[in-house]
Amino acid sequence: MAVTDNAITAQQGEPPTGRADEVAPTRVVTPSGTGTPFTRILGIATIIAMALLVLFGLFLSPADVVQGDAVRILYIHVGTVWIAYLAFGVTALSSAAFLWKRTTSLTWDRIAGASAEVGVLFMALTLFAGSVWGRIAWGKYWVWDARLTTTAFLFITYIGYLAVRGLGGSHQQRGRRSAVVALLAVLEIPLVHFSVKLWRGLHQDSSVADTTNVKLHDLMLFSLFLALIAFTLLYAWLVMHRQRVLAMQDAIEDKGLDYALQQRRDEGDL
Amino acid sequence: MFRIARVIAAKDLRIELRSRVVTNQVLPFAAIVMVMFAFALNTDAVVEKVAPGLVWLATLFSLLILVQRAFAIETADGATDAMRAAGIDPAGIFLGKAVALAAQLAVLEIVLLAAAFVLYRAHFRVSGLVLLVTTFLAATTGLALVGTLYGGLAAGTRGRETLLPLLLLPVVAPVLIGATRATEAALGTSGAVVADGWPWLGLLAIFVAVFGVGGTLAFGPLIEE
Repeated sequence: MAVTDNAITAQQGEPPTGRADEVAPTRVVTPSGTGTPFTRILGIATIIAMALLVLFGLFLSPADVVQGDAVRILYIHVGTVWIAYLAFGVTALSSAAFLWKRTTSLTWDRIAGASAEVGVLFMALTLFAGSVWGRIAWGKYWVWDARLTTTAFLFITYIGYLAVRGLGGSHQQRGRRSAVVALLAVLEIPLVHFSVKLWRGLHQDSSVADTTNVKLHDLMLFSLFLALIAFTLLYAWLVMHRQRVLAMQDAIEDKGLDYALQQRRDEGDL
Repeated sequence: MFRIARVIAAKDLRIELRSRVVTNQVLPFAAIVMVMFAFALNTDAVVEKVAPGLVWLATLFSLLILVQRAFAIETADGATDAMRAAGIDPAGIFLGKAVALAAQLAVLEIVLLAAAFVLYRAHFRVSGLVLLVTTFLAATTGLALVGTLYGGLAAGTRGRETLLPLLLLPVVAPVLIGATRATEAALGTSGAVVADGWPWLGLLAIFVAVFGVGGTLAFGPLIEE
């Protein structure tokens, strides 16, 4: 049994009176799955795109003249970093939407949270794939380059954001608190990037090899685009499911409280 | 708003003057951190070279404690709730607490800088004095603003002691970089010239402006329950 799209949208469509979100949504009653026809199609499309990416990335596209087979790591690396930035962007936008006039639904908060979780995961993959590639291409796992350092800061900042989400309190409180932190992160990251760039710029040249002049083979370019599409599909699929799981978690918490209150009342009646 | 800020700042500083937590606990802590840095880095030449960075690192560590303390006095008796219930402008609370925090940080930094001259043999030069003073003012303001903002966020929640460093340290990284480079320029560490320091001061100024405005706007939603 699956939660239908209707159940989710019905929940989103509740009257926007601040309190409504904290009252248990009654219609989410079958917590045995988060799939809908749409996400199933999306999931199948993701699998196909991923299979194609493996085919093109590992077999059909040629090895690079300079980097050799190491260039194949970049199909993963560029795809994951794109998703991480997309995810953090979505987190910022949904946080802003949640704070807007205070009347909007907790769904925005859950999308922000789901997106940030996926973003942190993909940022970890980016850092991992990037350092493996760096070891092969530059001979080092890590260099103190502005872009790398900013990425590491972004990663830590959103781990902090997820920690703020786990602080507890009411759902509205969680939403407001984490939305403000997400928007502060948007202020913070450009500052960090700018300062690290200035720091590196004045001290030593960036150690990153200049690869901008390298002309990409057509099949390589195609594989890169395929990677972006495949990872974007995966991102959408993950966030939709995670958002629904978060909605269920909130519903369980609400219901758990109602249940406990009812039990105390029943005790009183005895 | 500014009247409230003045009252709040005066209250915080009065509490500090009477309890003397900063003088009796935070200052000795910062001093021992400075000594520990010397132990870890061992050679005099290295310590002298990295003295500006160590001063600011010690300041950041002490900032974490000061921020915890600044909000512990609010949450202990539910003072934040009371102020909110009284309808006091959150922006005023934010600015007031930031001013009080900045004053305490400033005292701490003067002691740390003096310690750097004595312990690390950092050099002082008159030509860098203006840069040095403005850098300390800008960095202190920036740290106080961000510290108050994230302190307010973490106050009154479970696990705030462990959460605050995770949230605060990445945010103040630009201050650490900017203030360290500007201080190096002002003191002439490793042959730096004074003119090198001004771009870094610009960075600090941007930081203060961004978090001054951002914090004033964000503090209300953060402490509201």
